[in-house]
Amino acid sequence: MRRGLAVYAVFAYAFLHVPLLILAVFSFNSSRFSVWQGFSLQWYRAVAADGNLLESAGNSLIIAIVATAIATIVGTLAAYGLWKPRRSGKRGSTWLSGSMYLSLVTPEIVTGASLLALFQWIFRFMNLRLGMHTVILAHVGFSLAYVVVVVLARLRSYDRTLEEAALDLGATEFGAFYRVTLPYLVPAIAAAAMLAFTVSIDDYVITSLVAGVDSQTLPMVIYAMARRGVNPALNAVSTLVVFGLGMLIILSERLRRT
Amino acid sequence: MKLRNLFLTPAAALMVVTLVAPLAIVCVYSVLTRGAYGGVELPWTIENFTRLWDPVYGVIFLRSFWIAAVATAFCLVLGFPLAMFIARSGSRKNLYLSLVILPFWTSFLIRTYAWMFLLRDTGIINSALQALGIIREPLPLLYNDGAVILGLVYGFLPFMVLPLYATLERLDPSLLEAAADLGARPRDTLVRVTLPLCAPGIRAGAILVFVPCLGTYLTSDLLGGSKTVLIGNVVQNQFTAARDWPFGAALSLALMAIAMLLLFAVRKRGEELL
Repeated sequence: MRRGLAVYAVFAYAFLHVPLLILAVFSFNSSRFSVWQGFSLQWYRAVAADGNLLESAGNSLIIAIVATAIATIVGTLAAYGLWKPRRSGKRGSTWLSGSMYLSLVTPEIVTGASLLALFQWIFRFMNLRLGMHTVILAHVGFSLAYVVVVVLARLRSYDRTLEEAALDLGATEFGAFYRVTLPYLVPAIAAAAMLAFTVSIDDYVITSLVAGVDSQTLPMVIYAMARRGVNPALNAVSTLVVFGLGMLIILSERLRRT
Repeated sequence: MKLRNLFLTPAAALMVVTLVAPLAIVCVYSVLTRGAYGGVELPWTIENFTRLWDPVYGVIFLRSFWIAAVATAFCLVLGFPLAMFIARSGSRKNLYLSLVILPFWTSFLIRTYAWMFLLRDTGIINSALQALGIIREPLPLLYNDGAVILGLVYGFLPFMVLPLYATLERLDPSLLEAAADLGARPRDTLVRVTLPLCAPGIRAGAILVFVPCLGTYLTSDLLGGSKTVLIGNVVQNQFTAARDWPFGAALSLALMAIAMLLLFAVRKRGEELL
């Protein structure tokens, strides 16, 4: 039984990881076909020369950084607010946690289409267009629930009496939050920010619906390339993205441990 | 204002703008008429909902259901032994767990593209089989339902493994010993002790996989080609190329209603995700 499971696990891990490894290996192939012909960096040079790709990668970074910053701050505050009991003793805002739940289970395509409908409706009254701002707003919206879930999970294991002690010793309500509770939450906030960043930088479905002509993101360009068919330059971009995200994860793990 | 309310206000405002208001607009649009140049017009109508009963869309709903169900079943069957392996691997648990989570952090889009690269006619699988002389013509591996299911299983397997692992981890080993002491064979223990105790994990995993699979758009578009049209693709099409927003809105609501019904049907009292 034990050995059977171990053998199975090897195959399962191969299934999860080998496809990306093959993709990465063939990004260094000198031929455009799936037959190894020799090492070459030509596809990486093609990526570096592709202005459209670079511009979209820049857009993606700006959007992900801004959306992550907003979602992390707002989400952390909301998680704390939901955790804090009301004077009346009832649990936190039920409609807000209900809408967070709804946001997690709404299919992406519905989120994107409904946001598009809202934006187009607002644009009837205002002289605005789809662009970076609409994409950022959408990204903040769908990553907020992730942040709240992660931070709230950490708050569940937090000892309420610590905060009460701070209040008894004369701290203001905000002081108790800022100087006692917040430091305890830092690892969860970092994890939540990482999660928000990765879902933002990877999103295609929602972004493609609410982006304007001047706010193409990297996933949108990758998607358009993939629909046209397999292209070794796409392997190179994919390898760079996976490598970049991998580095970021390892770095954040290191930071968390220290 | 109380600190608690002050902290909740920005999130509440954002949820209203990015979720409540858009869904409210979709509800309104679903009972309006399609405008001549896209957009929406009066009069009010329920025609968009009656159109849902058109067999064309019935077939698409059933197909989406079927594909999501098969993908969920595969995730369960493939994920359970893996979760069990991780739960029983002692000090290496964290390493094995991060190997499951790692692909979840890397791009879903790129992982889908990886399968396009492997499965296409001139891809590595067909090239290898041809080089070995096993086949002469490339096998049509890409652009069919099988490829879509494969892509979904590949993408969502971690969502199944994590909750399964969480319940298996908490499982009291003395219960399994007791079953063995009382004469149960390993298979009996698995079916009659381990699996029933894992029911919450199985439910959570099934929801986390089935709901996004049902509304999938990206996987079916890239791996299914034009042959595999699912609800997600129809919704996208109504809001873009077809420019029939009222009907797209009605389809979106139907999709959400199904997802909600499933959640309430599967969820047990006292089990909370949030």
